[in-house]
Amino acid sequence: MTIEGLQETVALRALPAPDNASRHYWQSAADGQLVVQRCTTCGEFQFYPRALCVACAGETEWVDASGRGTLHTYTIIRQNRSPAFAALSPYAVGIVELDEGVRMMSNIVDCDVEQLTVGMALEVVLVKAADDVGLPFWRPVSD
Amino acid sequence: MGSRDPVIVGIGLSDYPVAPELDSIDHHALAFRRALADCGLEKSDIDGYVCASGFAQNVDDAPNMAEYLRIKHRWIDGTSVGGSSFEFHVQHAAAAIEMGLCDVVLVTYGSDLLSRAGRMLGTSTFSSGGARVPGPAQYENCWGNVLAGAYAMAARRHMHEYGTTSEQLAEIAVGVREFAGLNPLAQYRDPITVDDVVNSRMIADPLHKLDCCVISDGGGAFIMTTKERARDLAKPPVYVLGAAAGQTHWTISQMPDFTTTAAAQCGPEAFRLAGVTPADVDTIQVYDSFTITVLMLLEDMGFCPKGEGGRFVETGALRRGGRQPLNTDGGGLSSCHPGMRGIFLINEAVRQLRGEGGEAQVPDCEVAVACGSGGYLSCIGTVVLGKEGRS
Repeated sequence: MTIEGLQETVALRALPAPDNASRHYWQSAADGQLVVQRCTTCGEFQFYPRALCVACAGETEWVDASGRGTLHTYTIIRQNRSPAFAALSPYAVGIVELDEGVRMMSNIVDCDVEQLTVGMALEVVLVKAADDVGLPFWRPVSD
Repeated sequence: MGSRDPVIVGIGLSDYPVAPELDSIDHHALAFRRALADCGLEKSDIDGYVCASGFAQNVDDAPNMAEYLRIKHRWIDGTSVGGSSFEFHVQHAAAAIEMGLCDVVLVTYGSDLLSRAGRMLGTSTFSSGGARVPGPAQYENCWGNVLAGAYAMAARRHMHEYGTTSEQLAEIAVGVREFAGLNPLAQYRDPITVDDVVNSRMIADPLHKLDCCVISDGGGAFIMTTKERARDLAKPPVYVLGAAAGQTHWTISQMPDFTTTAAAQCGPEAFRLAGVTPADVDTIQVYDSFTITVLMLLEDMGFCPKGEGGRFVETGALRRGGRQPLNTDGGGLSSCHPGMRGIFLINEAVRQLRGEGGEAQVPDCEVAVACGSGGYLSCIGTVVLGKEGRS
């Protein structure tokens, strides 16, 4: 998947249904800022967003994420019969560990999927998929 | 121990792995009738019922199925945690029986996955364009992951941390296929080699087609009661020596450690309750949704140290004639995987402990372990079964 082609591919996907916990997360991504929750009591970061801190049951606040992370693990999907993805194979689905310490699933894009390695540095690419939803894709850091 | 020690007295499987004439409810009913005939109890003896809702279109949750089968229960459980539900059920039913909440518990399962849904389960994304996805799946569905991909990510991380190889994973599929060759009903019976596995089509790197389980129709049932009640039944009872369960996550992206499952907690706990160690186990029935599932569960239960799973499977200990034969019915990798296979693990462990294993019989089989994995390596249940009770 190339950066230019992402807009086209997200149109075919089933998008998240924002709920009380996730509404700000998806909206913020649509507006161009990746955010994560942090506990106001114990300071733990968490993902996905929830109505409480999973470490201590405390309250959470939103903080801007750095948009940097590393590839914790990944797979290359060679076969997906669903219409949204059938034509995209092979593509990479990875678990990204953000610099804040939390992990999320995403597609690793703008790269040769055969060259991916566990531990490689990544940066976020936010793609607006709907008025209320932005999707955080990730790509290798070019330095 | 005591007269209320929990035992398994009846087992039954429906017609598998391909049964287009049966729907999922038919599988429940057929497996139940066979389990009842197996132990010689009357239907009216049953006063406890457990059922996990499956993938089926049909409504087969516990209260619906209790009505359909007309089970007059004093105790009911509908725990549904994926393929390992039935190992959780043994834990729950054993406790209920020991406490005297009920005396005879029936557990049933049925699925027409292959005939009704086809082979899409492992390699499709469940929703598509225009739909909005609620709940924790909202953080995964949009990325086009597939079921096989979830396990592939665990395999990739295991390879990264411990140097596990595709050839080592393949060894698991090869050994299980050898047992499938001894099971006339198994879906795939022709012998395969490590080369066959690593040269089969890549589905989700690093998992090849032959690292993945089959998709089948099938159902199963078992009946539990007390040691006392088992005295005058058709076959000798199999004792529940220890049963434990645990959960680390549900969706794969929430897995805290991609190389370790809840078997690291519930495996040792089940062995402690049973008063035995992994070295005492004569046959291992492990959920083989994918080869990596087996490797991780074996490590986590303590059959070898963490990270040594690859070298452990290469020793041949799990093969036919080995020290601890694995998945002696041909497993989900080759025999039958109707969506939630955990009830087949219990059935096969009991068959082995009774000496009914036929050509696949493990000699002098006295202790068996069944370890199920549900969800995405998420919910793990470990059950230790014995030919004799706890001393």
